[in-house]
Amino acid sequence: MKSKALRRNRLTGYTFLLPNILGFLIFICFPVCASFLISFTEWNGFGEIKFAGLSNYTRLWSDETFRISLLNSLIMTAVSVPATLILAILAAVALNKGLKGVKIFRTAIFLPHITATIAVAVVWQLIYNPTMGPLNGFLRSLGIDNPPTWLASTEWALFSVIVVSIWHSIGYYMVLYLAGLQGIPKDLYEAAEIDGAGKVSQFRNITLPMLSPVIFFTVIMGIINSFKVFDLVFVLTRGGPGRSTHMLVYDIYETAFQRYEYGYASAMAYVLFAIILVITLIQFRGQKRWVNYS
Amino acid sequence: MSTRIEASQMMTIKRRPQLGEWVRKTVVYVVVSVVALSMVLPFLWMVSASVKSEAEIFSFPIQWIPSHFFWSNYSKVWTELPFFTYYLNTIKIAVLTTLLQIITCSTAAYAFAKVKFPERDKLFFLYVATMMVPYQVMMIPQFVLIDKIGLIDSHWALILLGAFNPFGVFLFRQFFMSLPEELSEAARIDGLSEFGVYMRIIMPLIRPAIASLTIFTFMHSWNDFLGPLIYLNSDVLFTLQLGMQHFQSEHATEYGPLMAAAVCAIIPTILIYFLAQDHFVEGISAGAVKG
Repeated sequence: MKSKALRRNRLTGYTFLLPNILGFLIFICFPVCASFLISFTEWNGFGEIKFAGLSNYTRLWSDETFRISLLNSLIMTAVSVPATLILAILAAVALNKGLKGVKIFRTAIFLPHITATIAVAVVWQLIYNPTMGPLNGFLRSLGIDNPPTWLASTEWALFSVIVVSIWHSIGYYMVLYLAGLQGIPKDLYEAAEIDGAGKVSQFRNITLPMLSPVIFFTVIMGIINSFKVFDLVFVLTRGGPGRSTHMLVYDIYETAFQRYEYGYASAMAYVLFAIILVITLIQFRGQKRWVNYS
Repeated sequence: MSTRIEASQMMTIKRRPQLGEWVRKTVVYVVVSVVALSMVLPFLWMVSASVKSEAEIFSFPIQWIPSHFFWSNYSKVWTELPFFTYYLNTIKIAVLTTLLQIITCSTAAYAFAKVKFPERDKLFFLYVATMMVPYQVMMIPQFVLIDKIGLIDSHWALILLGAFNPFGVFLFRQFFMSLPEELSEAARIDGLSEFGVYMRIIMPLIRPAIASLTIFTFMHSWNDFLGPLIYLNSDVLFTLQLGMQHFQSEHATEYGPLMAAAVCAIIPTILIYFLAQDHFVEGISAGAVKG
C-alpha cells in the first residue's frame, strides 16, 4: 500500500517537474559540467577537441591581458562596491526618515537601475565626450583649461566606467536597504532617544547592527555583480583605450566569441567562478563577527 | 505610558534639539535633492538632446529647452531604422520567456513544495547550487548546444535559454511553502486532481509572486544585451539593445537620433515601473536572492 502511494507521488512529482527539469538539465546543468571539461581542452567549436591537461590554467599565469583584466576587475570591485553601498545606505536612511515626497526621491534614485545599460552607456559616452561633452564644458566654465579626456584617456577611463556603474546601481541597493530599514522596530529608536543617544550613535548602535543581514547580503551581491560587469564596458570603451578598462567577463567574451578559444575561455570562466566562490565563502566565515541575526 | 511623559518633558526642557532638528532636516533635504538630481540629470540631458539639432546638443552652457525642436530625430529613428522591428522582437522574446518561465517554474516549484517523493530535496539542492554559478560558466556549452540544434540567429535561442531559470523555481517554492498544507489536503479530499489543486487553489493564492517574477523576468529579458549579442546576427532579428548598439557604432555622428532611440528604448521599462511600483520593488528585493 505504502509503496503504491509512493509510486503515485513520484509520478505526480516528476510530471510537474518535467517541463522545467528537462530544460534545466539540458541548458543549465549540462553546460556547467561541460565547460569544466572543455577547460582542459583546446577547441575552437568546430575542429577536433584536443586534450590539453592543465595548460589552459597555466597559460593564465603568463597571460598579460588576463592579468590586467583581473586587476581591473579587482580595482573596480574595491572602489565601486564600497562607494555604491555607502551611498545607497545613506540615501535609504535619509528617505526612511519620513521626508515629504519620498516616492519622488525613491523613483529618481531608482531610475538609472531600471534603464537598460546600453541606453545608459550611450548617454554617458556623450556626457564624457572630451571635446564637446557637457561635463568638460562645465569644467572649462569653472576655469579648468585641460580637463581629463575621460573614456579616451588611459588614466581616467577605468575611473569613468566606475562612476557610471555606481550611478547605475545605487538605486537597486537603496531599495533593498529601504526594505531592511522598514523592518527595524521604531521603539528601539524611542528608547535610545530617552537614553539621550544622538543621531550618529543611533545610526551606529541601532541602524547598522539591525541592518547587518541586509548589508552582508548586499556586499556579496555587489562583489559578484561587479565581477560580472560586461555591457557597460562593451559599449563605453570596448576594454580600451589600450587595455585600461579590460575586465574579466569582457576578456572571456573576446576569447570565446571573437577568438574562438573555447577551452581557454572556459578556464577563465571557471577562474571567475572560483574567485566569486572563495570571496563568498570568506564572507560567510567572517559574518559571525559582525552580522546580527536576531 | 510613563516613558512617553518623560520623553515629552525632556523635549520641553531642552529647546535646542528642535532648532537642531530643523537644521538637520533641511540638510537632509538638500543632500537628498542633490543626489536625486544628479541621478536624473543624465536622463534630462538625454531627453533634451533627443529633440535638438546636432550643433545644439553640444553647445555650452547647456540649453535645456532647445531653440528649435528637432522632432525629425524621432521620425528618423522610426523610419530609417528598423526600430519598429526591434521593438516587436524585444517584446516577443520578453513575453515568451516570461510566460514559459512562469509555467515551468511554478509547476516545478509545486513538485518541490507540495509533492513528497524521495529524490525531491536532492534535486532541489541541485537547482539552488546552480544559482551560484555565473552565466559566463555556462555560456560556451550553451552556445555549442544551440548551434547543434540549429537555433543560432533565432529568437528561440534566447527564449529557450531564459525559460528554465532556477531562480524562478526557488522563488515560487518559497511562496508555496508558506501556504498551509491543509489547504491542498482539503482540496484533494474534495476530489480535485493534483493538477486541479495546483491550478485552482495554489496558483490564485500566489498572485503577488507571479507579478514579481513577471516584472523581474520581463525587465531582465528586455534589458539583456550579452544574450542577443552572442546569438543574433541578422539585423531583422535584433532586439532594441542590440539595435541601439549597432546604430551607435555605425552612425557614430548622429547623436540626436541616437538619443531619441535611447529614449524610445527605455520608455516601456519606466512605464512598467510607474504602473507596478510596489510589485517592482518586491521583484527587485526577491530578485536579489539570485546569485
